[in-house]
Amino acid sequence: MKLRNQVLVLLAAAWTAAAAFANESSALKEPTVVERLADIEAYINNGARTPDVASKVAGPGPGHNGWLMTSAALVLFMTLPGLALFYGGLVRRKNVLSVLAQCLGIAGLVTILWWAVGYSLVFAPGTPVLGGLKFAFLQGVDGSPNTDYSAWVSHNVFAMFQLMFAIITPALIIGAIAERMKYSAVLLFIGIWMFVVYFPLAHMVWGIDGLMNGAWNANAKIKAIDFAGGTVVHMSSGWSALILCLIVGRRLGYGKTIMAPHSMVLCMVGTAMLWFGWYGFNAGSALGADAVAANAFMTTTLAAAIASVTWGAAEWIFKGKPSVLGLCSGVVAGLVVVTPACGFVTATGAVIIGLLAGFIPFLACVKLKPLLGYDDALDTFGVHAVGGTLGALLTGFLATHEANPNLAINLKDVVGNTLWLHQLGAIGVTLVLATVGTALIALVVKLVVGLRPSPEDETVGLDLVYHGEEGYIFE
Amino acid sequence: MKKVEAIIKPFKLEEVKEALSELGIQGMTITEVEGFGRQKGHTEIYRGSEYTQNLLPKIKIEIVLPDQQVEAVVDTIIKSARTGKIGDGKIFVLPVEEAVRIRTNERGGQAVS
Repeated sequence: MKLRNQVLVLLAAAWTAAAAFANESSALKEPTVVERLADIEAYINNGARTPDVASKVAGPGPGHNGWLMTSAALVLFMTLPGLALFYGGLVRRKNVLSVLAQCLGIAGLVTILWWAVGYSLVFAPGTPVLGGLKFAFLQGVDGSPNTDYSAWVSHNVFAMFQLMFAIITPALIIGAIAERMKYSAVLLFIGIWMFVVYFPLAHMVWGIDGLMNGAWNANAKIKAIDFAGGTVVHMSSGWSALILCLIVGRRLGYGKTIMAPHSMVLCMVGTAMLWFGWYGFNAGSALGADAVAANAFMTTTLAAAIASVTWGAAEWIFKGKPSVLGLCSGVVAGLVVVTPACGFVTATGAVIIGLLAGFIPFLACVKLKPLLGYDDALDTFGVHAVGGTLGALLTGFLATHEANPNLAINLKDVVGNTLWLHQLGAIGVTLVLATVGTALIALVVKLVVGLRPSPEDETVGLDLVYHGEEGYIFE
Repeated sequence: MKKVEAIIKPFKLEEVKEALSELGIQGMTITEVEGFGRQKGHTEIYRGSEYTQNLLPKIKIEIVLPDQQVEAVVDTIIKSARTGKIGDGKIFVLPVEEAVRIRTNERGGQAVS
């Protein structure tokens, strides 16, 4: 008797649910030809779709999706092998593989974290400082777009595109502590750092309900803008790098023995790959093959080239010779500084950015570092922290509606007015989170596995000690 | 018998070799070496870091000769290796006790002419 009642209740529930489902699907009216045309126009313009109309285009927009998949691959190429070679060439021969192993290890580790909860903590709705767990284990992250971020790019493509940023950011940090940190300590540090610094910061800046997402969150307390990651990627990694290299300490023999790059050729090849991949990073951040992406493509090119010329010229004037490393550093500095600005500024803005990007990080690397004596081995602080901070601030002054009409949505009165103050606010939050977070994590890692190899191991080189391999065997 | 050892600038090797062949010298030994003297090496600058490289690449020529040829060979090397700038190198002349041609077992002056 009891069982029969339960079955009846279940059947009734199922019937109600089915009826509700049928009702819902019939609520969307068949589109008129005009509405269907408007839908296609929205696709071509990379705009929002008409709500409450049944669409004949069920999936993502192929053009925008194609560009984002290409961009995601380009951004991965920046780390593997771009950054790995750029950094790998700059260390001594006995440590080249340690850099490659750190880049590879970070790519794998961050991908696993991203799949488990990382993506969700950044891009699921939640609080202003951290996302929720709606997309944990990439549940529901499929081929249809997540309209919080893009009407036309598949959610899973968006998640993979953003993953590549989460990979390169911690990989940038290792430049500061190159040649002298245990492999286990690097991986443990990065694993914790993603949770303490990257996931919260990326959510604050890019999450739909993020604290500092001025462009898309009307309720953002700090109405800052960051097109492709000046705060999230470059400031966070650069400032963390400074604190970590101070805690880890200088390399053995720093200032006494020769620590010249073992291959400027690899370094230049890596630089060129970074520049190439940066088009995915910057123009890809438009999340579509639209006019904003086109503008970012142009501003990225201008800033990189002008900063390279400026850095090379500064060396020529102050040091007597323009070096390959100087020209390479200028390229990277230009790309770093234009990153937060690329989708918001005009060509003129990009030229100003390029000039300052070639000179201010140059001073940080060539004057400030020897003056203060910290061993930022490959100048992660000098280029990424100084450049990222400069870029975030310059974006406040140079962003214009003319370059990006989306700025009119939530920031009509802020852009060209008080934006730079909001940018300063975002700079402050980023700086504090990165430095305090890094100091705490480094101390924990020091207690758990220790940060440094023994002096003997460090002298032998990390390649043999931690990886049992040599970079070059000539026979 | 004497051995003439000359340390010269690498780019002068071809000129010196040609001049010595014209003089009729039939054999010599060449080694790529590194060292320093009054020429002070060079400085490499990588961003903020400066490294002084004071070992410079040079070429060492060794020739063993009968005594009467030494003066002519030394003069020829001076003429062909000289640029007049610091770092042109040095020539040393050393006595040699014995020389043997392995194939024929010839000894002394015969082995080196």
